[in-house]
Amino acid sequence: MMSALYALWAGSFGSWYAFTSGTLVRAVPLMLTGLGVAVAFRAGVFNIGAEGQLLAGAVAATAVGLHGSGMLGPATLPVALVAGALAGAAWAGIAAVLRVRFGVLEVISTLMLNFVAADLVSYLVRGPLQEPLHIYPQSSSIPAIARLPQFGPATRLHWGIVIAVVLVFVVAWELAHTAAGFRVRAVGANPSAAWATGRVPVSRVTTRAFLFSGLLAGLAGAIEVTGVTYALYENLSPGYGFTAIAVAILAGLQPLGVLPSALVFAGLESGATAMQRDAGVPAAWASVVEAGLILAVVGVIALRARARSAAANGGPP
Amino acid sequence: MSDAAAIALIGITKRFGAVTALDRVDFGLRAGRIHALLGENGAGKSTLMGVLFGLTSPDAGVLELNGEAVRWQSPRDAIRAGIGMVQQHFSHVPALTVAENVALGGRGRFDVAQAAAEVTRVGTKAGLAVDPMARVADLSVEAQQRLEIVRALAHGARMLILDEPTAVLAPGEATKLLAWLRRFADDGGAAALVTHKVREALAIADDVTVLRAGRRVATGVVNEFTAESLARAMFPEERETRAAPRANPQPGAMIVSAERLAVRGAPGEPGIVDATFALHAGEIVGVAAVERSGHTALLRALAGLQTPGSGRLALPPEVSFIPGDRHRDALVLDFPLYENLALRHLGTRHGLMRWPAVRARTSRILEQFQVRAASGSSRARSLSGGNQQRFVLARELDAHPTLLVAENPTRGLDLAAAATIHARLLDAAHAGAAVVVYSSDVDEVLELAHRILVVHNGVVREVPVTRELVARAMVGAA
Repeated sequence: MMSALYALWAGSFGSWYAFTSGTLVRAVPLMLTGLGVAVAFRAGVFNIGAEGQLLAGAVAATAVGLHGSGMLGPATLPVALVAGALAGAAWAGIAAVLRVRFGVLEVISTLMLNFVAADLVSYLVRGPLQEPLHIYPQSSSIPAIARLPQFGPATRLHWGIVIAVVLVFVVAWELAHTAAGFRVRAVGANPSAAWATGRVPVSRVTTRAFLFSGLLAGLAGAIEVTGVTYALYENLSPGYGFTAIAVAILAGLQPLGVLPSALVFAGLESGATAMQRDAGVPAAWASVVEAGLILAVVGVIALRARARSAAANGGPP
Repeated sequence: MSDAAAIALIGITKRFGAVTALDRVDFGLRAGRIHALLGENGAGKSTLMGVLFGLTSPDAGVLELNGEAVRWQSPRDAIRAGIGMVQQHFSHVPALTVAENVALGGRGRFDVAQAAAEVTRVGTKAGLAVDPMARVADLSVEAQQRLEIVRALAHGARMLILDEPTAVLAPGEATKLLAWLRRFADDGGAAALVTHKVREALAIADDVTVLRAGRRVATGVVNEFTAESLARAMFPEERETRAAPRANPQPGAMIVSAERLAVRGAPGEPGIVDATFALHAGEIVGVAAVERSGHTALLRALAGLQTPGSGRLALPPEVSFIPGDRHRDALVLDFPLYENLALRHLGTRHGLMRWPAVRARTSRILEQFQVRAASGSSRARSLSGGNQQRFVLARELDAHPTLLVAENPTRGLDLAAAATIHARLLDAAHAGAAVVVYSSDVDEVLELAHRILVVHNGVVREVPVTRELVARAMVGAA
């Protein structure tokens, strides 16, 4: 037991190398996708398709990295990142259109689009984007010019972390201090009042938040390809887009809360690998801990809400 | 079930907490007769029908079926005794087919094929055609109502309770339904027709009962009544005589003009047709209507929340609206008051929220309009209902609106809180706003208004500010 916990600690926060190359590297996609999920949930959009949007972003960034570097030169990297972000937004856009035009619940459509995206990647790495020898189901590596620089030879940590942290602060500021952010919060908290009192065009605001959420997930995918994997392959993401939901919930849907929340989940996943290797404990136990954590947080939120409504009504409901 | 079925409710009393909803009320149904049940909102009609259908158990009184005392544990017992109810809000599953819905409420096995055959058989016999394979969600409101009736008949009903059945129907469809109901009774059925509309009762019913504040105030054979006597029975005499209806000393400039205006209602709600009126600065115009008359569509159109279907409606650029449901439409309960203020007055510069200015304005409004709250940062949820409403009104009045539309502005408030709201509305009119007030309490409208528009069956009509004329117009007796 102790050795398992020690291994979990050692593999996540126990050494500088484990922290930067393990935990922080995993925290980058979790911050971005978690931030996207938090924004969507705040707007009342239950986007659980960050995984699919992340993969869409990874595909777009890979395509630009592989085929655009000759033409784009040093602009390849920024173009790849932008293309990934736009692809994520477009992937979310499919579900957004289905929601606005046909009233399809985004919980269903985004979940399904995750599978479509995963199968699309499977097809691409065996077809159009497969490496030239056609042996492995993966793309060639993108050239160095298309890669995000790392912080040094001794670490896997790359500049994506700066992008992620800056975006967390930008989004936190947007939600608190801009009219657009205020409208997103109002629409999520009470769409009827937002419309009847504030004349806020509810479906336009939710659609924008939806697309923005996809944009962040798509960027996460692009950063993963340009900063970590350098190539597209199946299982590129160990479910970052799903863990993102947990990250957002643990963060209380607060953008700044996403930073520590992403670190916790990144640490658990990073440590779980070490725990399995060094102590022979199945990595699945880390998932059990994650699930327990989420249930505890959800429980606390529910209890707080109940206490608050009891206080407002002068007694238990 | 014999054709001479009869059921009587004798001395029914029902209390909800301190409120006596029904006070020793008698009511009965007999084969071959339609019994109309009339009353204002909250008079006890629905509670009484609930007792008859086994939804509500009375605190005192008995039910007698063909002379024998009976007791309903649930609607199941009432249905077994041959009673069927057509609810105002339909009670079927939209995603299922007609036959599946009928099979759901049936006895024994869930047999769709048999239910489909039953729908066709009953429908043909009763002259109410419904396609058993149609999905309920695809049916028109009128067809959904037919389904409710067919379902009741398929379950063996010989006595039907119809709760405001014509409120959701277009006039032509309403006539057809009432004609069908007459035939149903002539063939030996019995029916209770709950309605606000006295003309409907006089035209179709054999017997009439009027409830007021939980008591039976009139009952008898239909030809003992006139539209006037029924309207008078439904609405009590004026509580206190007040000064002669104020004429507005000097109506100001025209603020709103509507010409042949038509507005669609929300799904299942009536709209308004062909309304022509004008509103002027400085006057309070009351809107009086019984439920589901179309006034909601009128108010939403005036508030600029709903675009007219046809006709012309000229509104000022800024309209202030006090929604009837403040928790749903006026406040974000979990936001602090200053953010709730921002909902109405963003106060942005270059897309940025200027929170210090918004907070300052909130504090000023709280003080100026005497809203009791710990501070501008208190959550809206933490305020009492009266203070929430004062805040909502203050938020609108602070912008000095030229048109203020208020829907049930004092609902749920105590007398003192209601009085301050009334004072504010009068102030707004004095300050030159055109004020439109709808209240489900007619007396409140009469108390405030310089002029009154009555909405009945989607028709908007100006009526002199007297209790009797307004009450009669509201139920279509004038």
